[in-house]
Amino acid sequence: MEQLWQSVKIAVRALRINKMRSFLTMLGIIIGIASVIAMVAIGAGAESIISQQISSMGSNLILVIPGSAKTGGVQMGPGAVPTLVSDDGRAIKSECPSVEAAAPNIRVGSQIVYANQNWATQITGVTPDFLVVRDWKLASGRPLTQSDVDGATKNCIIGKTIVKELFGSVDPLDKVIRVRKVPFRVIGVLKKKGQSPQGTDQDDVVLIPLSTAQRKVFGSPFPNAVGAIIVKARHKGVINRAEAEITALLRQRHHISAKKDDDFTVKNLSELLAVATTSSRTMSLLLGSVASISLIVGGIGIMNIMLVSVTERTREIGIRMAVGAREKDILLQFLTEAVFLTLLGGIVGIGVGVAGATVVSKVFTWPTLVSANAIVVAVVFSGAVGIFFGFYPARKAASLNPIDALRYE
Amino acid sequence: MDEVVRISAVTRIYDTGEQRVEALRGVSLSVARGEFIAIMGASGSGKSTCMNILGCLDVATGGEYLLDGVDVSQMNKAELATLRNRKLGFVFQVFNLLPRTTARDNVELPLVYAKFHAKDRKRLALEALARVGLSDRANHYPNQLSGGQQQRVAIARALVNSPTIILADEPTGNLDSRTSEEVMALFQELNDQGITIIMVTHEPDIAAHARRRVLFRDGLIVGDEATSGRDAITDRGCSASERAGGQSPQDF
Repeated sequence: MEQLWQSVKIAVRALRINKMRSFLTMLGIIIGIASVIAMVAIGAGAESIISQQISSMGSNLILVIPGSAKTGGVQMGPGAVPTLVSDDGRAIKSECPSVEAAAPNIRVGSQIVYANQNWATQITGVTPDFLVVRDWKLASGRPLTQSDVDGATKNCIIGKTIVKELFGSVDPLDKVIRVRKVPFRVIGVLKKKGQSPQGTDQDDVVLIPLSTAQRKVFGSPFPNAVGAIIVKARHKGVINRAEAEITALLRQRHHISAKKDDDFTVKNLSELLAVATTSSRTMSLLLGSVASISLIVGGIGIMNIMLVSVTERTREIGIRMAVGAREKDILLQFLTEAVFLTLLGGIVGIGVGVAGATVVSKVFTWPTLVSANAIVVAVVFSGAVGIFFGFYPARKAASLNPIDALRYE
Repeated sequence: MDEVVRISAVTRIYDTGEQRVEALRGVSLSVARGEFIAIMGASGSGKSTCMNILGCLDVATGGEYLLDGVDVSQMNKAELATLRNRKLGFVFQVFNLLPRTTARDNVELPLVYAKFHAKDRKRLALEALARVGLSDRANHYPNQLSGGQQQRVAIARALVNSPTIILADEPTGNLDSRTSEEVMALFQELNDQGITIIMVTHEPDIAAHARRRVLFRDGLIVGDEATSGRDAITDRGCSASERAGGQSPQDF
């Protein structure tokens, strides 16, 4: 301990003699650590947005959409043919044991009007299960009920964006909006959801009873058709089983013989979201590794300066050896100098990195997350850079022959 | 006789592959405790090589070296470093003080590697500086000291670990004659206190301060004689030079 303290004192003295050089050397490490910290913070920020969006979608979701039909040998994309009907949703919920809720819905873009305001939005026909599967709560009012669906009432629930764009400061409850000339009474307002993982505004929505949408608003040639059925599995472990149950049930209901392809597509949303998470994590990793390169460059700078320093101080090394310094004393001394440089650089770099991350989040309104982990790793890593790049020059110093070192001019 | 150094048939051969230089060709020397020896000889005579081997800075190619009764020929680098630290003190021609380091810190250096505590280091360093008459310069840097003062700091550094032997390699080579005289007086004073000193010099009047002179030529000792060193101080100058010049080499 005493010995280490001595080495630190010698190191500080040696570094103070060449303040400018020490600072420039350290700058490499400062920039390296700062960019690692900032980049990882930016990546972690992106990850946090995505995981927030994922939880806003609802959990354990399976999406069933119509289509994937073949007409005359031409493979159509999913959703091309309206093969799903409201009853499919009802059947999935009642006959698949792994399913907790199923929400058939249909969505059409439309202009809506309130007083002298109008707004283009998505009108979604839903059943009461819709709010269950989307894990969506009301901010005020009441939800759509089964009787709304059964009676095809002209009630609606609106999202926060609609409130803002159409009503402003007016309380929307019990007001009447017009959708394609059909008047709807606002009975509830949804809580804010924010952006979806695809980047759309989830609050820009008007929910009306599914039956009303099918019969009175959209006027489709297929009156019972739905655009999609969102299914919520009972828990994470049965998602795959639920998928299989749904596929089997729908094939049976749609009378598809064993050789023919499905006329619907079942998508596991959790899987899609897992992909999104993985890609954002990959991005953080990429950012981090690019930043690490600058750290390595900084480390090479340290090595370069330490080599110069060893050459410059050859005589000093000789003197120390003559009065009794062993190889390991010299090794420790130069290693301490290198580690001291990198650790100090690392600590300053953390400060600069945190400041940089803050600036990024302020200027680009991009959330950044500086984790304690990243800081600990940065400190350890900068120390490791010092040891790694300091070892070669230190060993070179330690292996000098005392006489040669003393005679060095 | 209390023997502190015994080297027998020591050789040192530098073999660079293309060239083979025999710097020492079988040197034997015995030094008793409390002696003050001047090693003389022309440059290339092997005196510095011998000094480096005596100082454990270099290792002999062949032969035996007993320091304080301990065989050092087989020691590894770390053991040699410890030996230099505990038993030897060095004084160099070019002082070899650490720059930008105070006199006291320079003197403390051997104690740092001997793992003394800071408090003891300070006490011993100040004592050593007092012995060379530089108590008031403890916090000066080498570039604030005259050549003679720097050499005295170096002597204090050589003294501080109470070594068995002080090895001085041309200690007055970079000093003017008056300062040389001061430094030699200091060596004699230390020798009177019982410290063994081995000094390399090529100046006969400096060698005259020693009690015994050893002459090197072509890697061999060719002369070894006692001098009336102290008496020479009174009539030093031409008479010392004459005596050195008139010395006849003796073959063993």
